[in-house]
Amino acid sequence: MIPNVAPAPADSTAAAAAALPKSGPKAAFTKVSAHRLFASPGGVAGVLWLAALVVASLTAPLWLPFKTEDQDFTAVLSGPTAAHWLGTDELGRDLLSRIFASAAGTLGTSFITVIVAVGLGTILAMASAALGDRVEAVISRVTEIMMSVPGTVIILAVIGAVGTNIPVIMAILGILISAGIYRVMLGQAKSLQSQLYVDAAKVDGVSTLGISLRHVLPGLTNTIVVQSALIFAVGMLIQAGLAFIGFGPPIPQPSWGGMIQGASQHVYDAPWLMVPTGAVLALTVLAANAIGNALGKAPNAAASHLPSAAARRQRAKAVAAVGAAQVAAGTDAPPAKGQLSVRGLSVGVDGGPRLVTDVSFDVEQGTVLGLVGESGCGKTMTALSLLGLLPSGVVATGGQILWNGKNLAAATDREMEAIRGRDIALISQEPMRALDPMFTVGYQLTSAIRRLRKVGKAEARKEARSLLEKVGIVDAGRILKTYPHQISGGMAQRVAIALALSGRPRLLVADEPTTALDVTVQAEILSLLRSLVKDTGMSVVMVTHDLGVVADICDQVAVMYAGQVVENGKTANILDNPRHPYTLALLAADPHANHAADMPERLATISGQVPQPKDWPTGCRFMARCQFAGSACAAPVPLLPSGSEDGLVRCVKADELAVEGLEWVATEVPTHRLLDLTPTRTNVVEKDMA
Amino acid sequence: MSIATPSRQESSNAVLDGPMLEVKDLVVRYGRGRKAAAAPAAVDGVSFSIRPGETVGLVGESGSGKSTIGKAILGLQKTAGGTISYQGKEITHAGTAERRSLGGELRAVFQDPNSSLNPRNTVGASLAEPLRLRGVSAGDARAKAEAMLERVGLPREAVDRYPSQFSGGQRQRIAVARALICEPKLVVCDEAVSALDLSTQAQVLNLLADLRDERGLSYLFIAHDISVVQFLAQRVVVLYRGQVMESGPAAAVTENPKHPFTQALVAASPVPRPAEQAERRTLRESMGVRTASSVSATPGGCPFRQRCPLATELCAAERPALRTVGESDVACHYA
Repeated sequence: MIPNVAPAPADSTAAAAAALPKSGPKAAFTKVSAHRLFASPGGVAGVLWLAALVVASLTAPLWLPFKTEDQDFTAVLSGPTAAHWLGTDELGRDLLSRIFASAAGTLGTSFITVIVAVGLGTILAMASAALGDRVEAVISRVTEIMMSVPGTVIILAVIGAVGTNIPVIMAILGILISAGIYRVMLGQAKSLQSQLYVDAAKVDGVSTLGISLRHVLPGLTNTIVVQSALIFAVGMLIQAGLAFIGFGPPIPQPSWGGMIQGASQHVYDAPWLMVPTGAVLALTVLAANAIGNALGKAPNAAASHLPSAAARRQRAKAVAAVGAAQVAAGTDAPPAKGQLSVRGLSVGVDGGPRLVTDVSFDVEQGTVLGLVGESGCGKTMTALSLLGLLPSGVVATGGQILWNGKNLAAATDREMEAIRGRDIALISQEPMRALDPMFTVGYQLTSAIRRLRKVGKAEARKEARSLLEKVGIVDAGRILKTYPHQISGGMAQRVAIALALSGRPRLLVADEPTTALDVTVQAEILSLLRSLVKDTGMSVVMVTHDLGVVADICDQVAVMYAGQVVENGKTANILDNPRHPYTLALLAADPHANHAADMPERLATISGQVPQPKDWPTGCRFMARCQFAGSACAAPVPLLPSGSEDGLVRCVKADELAVEGLEWVATEVPTHRLLDLTPTRTNVVEKDMA
Repeated sequence: MSIATPSRQESSNAVLDGPMLEVKDLVVRYGRGRKAAAAPAAVDGVSFSIRPGETVGLVGESGSGKSTIGKAILGLQKTAGGTISYQGKEITHAGTAERRSLGGELRAVFQDPNSSLNPRNTVGASLAEPLRLRGVSAGDARAKAEAMLERVGLPREAVDRYPSQFSGGQRQRIAVARALICEPKLVVCDEAVSALDLSTQAQVLNLLADLRDERGLSYLFIAHDISVVQFLAQRVVVLYRGQVMESGPAAAVTENPKHPFTQALVAASPVPRPAEQAERRTLRESMGVRTASSVSATPGGCPFRQRCPLATELCAAERPALRTVGESDVACHYA
């Protein structure tokens, strides 16, 4: 049941050194840790060094050339020689023998500190998280007291009482350190304790202890391992320090700290004496830290919200390519001012799959276009490319985004900065993300107005107030003084809209602006957006998955499926008279499309799921899930006029379906179609970009 | 396909006369001490019952206390007053052992399929956990898990995979499988489909309906979307700030709402038919319901009065009791 994750003896040492508790459910996680450890050169070197040290130390009696107390008066304070590879000390004792003979003791007693500190800290943290506020309050106060007492004094007092009993001293040190470990673990344990799967286990009747061991502890393993490695290093240093000031093992017995102390008395006449012991101690501490670093590195630490320099270079390259293609193709007649015209836009992961292919649509001034589809269909990518805000590594690879005579797909970062916020603004799904929790609403709003409109402080304040009133906030004066966490979600979205309006944009990109809100608040926000469009004449590109929202506010709608527009046209035509099977299916699956009186026994479903970009077929991308698919669908399908006004549809059977008046029927999901389990990694990548 | 044992069937027949679940005057407060006692309760005197085989929908805005009620029933939230009875037996303050003795008859499906399964456990281990607690052998638990996965439309091989290898909809199927694996009688679904895309949402809703018909399950279906509730529920309870505003047959509440809040809620839910939606919008805007953000919570009287177009002094002075209007019970002086 438990896969053996120790490929080499070196690993077993590391695992032992890190006090890694192993049991069934944790196996997968341990595998990840081990993988991470061996992916980093520092980690590998650290493990090798510690392993070599332990092996050498444990086998010392077998190979060491001298006993630790053997004195060679012919070679006192000598440097490295053939007989004494690392030299000798003031009594002519062999340094190599003494260093390695004492290694096991040093490492072993440091390990006591690790077990006591991390073990106690973790147990206390799990108890605090599991047993509620009162227990947490008591344990936290106790640990605070522990952290406030001077550790050195306690250690020296213990030495005074029990003598230089190193294991006991190291255990006491572990108790002192455990308070800090508790602090580190507590937050994590509490967040794990609030996971829904913990609730599910509680509903099952799993005991508090069972939940802590089965669901919380495995989640803490990573922190435990990392902290263990670091505490191990701390333990070694403190132990050496104690030996240095004379509280090490009794005199003839070798210890690293004692040897360094001895060497320090000969710093002037025999400087070499310091080198071997110092180097071994330093390397061992470094090794422990390197292992801790390797294990602690977040798996996607490299991925960042802001584009890296490399990503920017990539973008510049892509921009140049798009620009060149545009020159070659020649531009159409420039669109009117205030009109957005997207032509053949493609977006892709650089060097990877395309996420959006050949998307075209127009947004007339003062109208609202809906981009609608399921997650993974590329609607958010399309919207973000309008603002030049694609995530790092994702670039516009072709096509044009024409805005005021300028091709935004080929614009540089600097040009986009001049347009973003002023000409084109964004409101996102999570209004709280648009607002900085550290500053008041008023500060954020006025600084945006001052930056975008180049006005003075007083005027910006007045403008901020009137913007808040414009987005329907009655007591604007009070809201200006509040912090984002003090206002409700609906209010925050209003503020976010006011923030977006501060640069007087002509185009607003709204990415699921009402998805996180209650329906009553959603209706208010939609009314607000509608009146803003009417009053200011700005255009809106609205990304949504809710067909009701489309019906409410959009003039035009583009239905997207697997990175393509599959149907495009006037909202009334598309929702009342859908021509593409995907639109038909979405409407049939929507419980809002039915009245209570004629609510069907079962909703229509679409079998399977949206294919991953790498799996897109050359023919119709909806074919595998379509009830009406036939052999003609395997060939590439162009976007053709649908016959209803300016509508376009990408389906070879559209006319046939319209004539026959077919309906998407409720189907039982065939089990075999659900078999396509997607690998983790691509899934995660998709989500990050969505 | 049903894997319900005959003995379980018989025992469920024996109690068909009484309600499956009865919640009476439930009060839940957050926090402790005097400050919490002064603040309005998160759940304030809520009563409803679920009959065997019935689905009751609990709808309301965020902060209406609907999820809190679900948690209280599942024993995840301490209550400050009132009682919760399961098949006539009071479980308001039942401890872990007592809940375990319910034999897995009361189960839950949560909103977020990403966090309702432990990412570090295989699907099989997650499904087997409730069975193993009840002394089922590892081999039997695995066989049951495979059968259950097949029932919810996933391959048997899924037992050895990790939750991250599945899409959101598939994970929610696994969560449904986990809830149903000990053949429960009542399942609390807390926003079980609201994180899903339309087509996946329809699949999971159909699955829940199939399983209900197949096994005679009762559901407490908690959702913010009244249309989704309407698909599955026979009865609907509408909550506002922890109090029941209206309850009654699903069709009556959604098609002919009596309480001003229910009317606002129904009118605000957009339909994907542009012409009809335009009418609904006009109707909603003419109702004169004030925005939620313009009012603050003040105790006493009707909780909805500050947003209500019908409110008078009476509404501030006296909390309206539920009274029968047509087919529904409505807590409004003027309904």
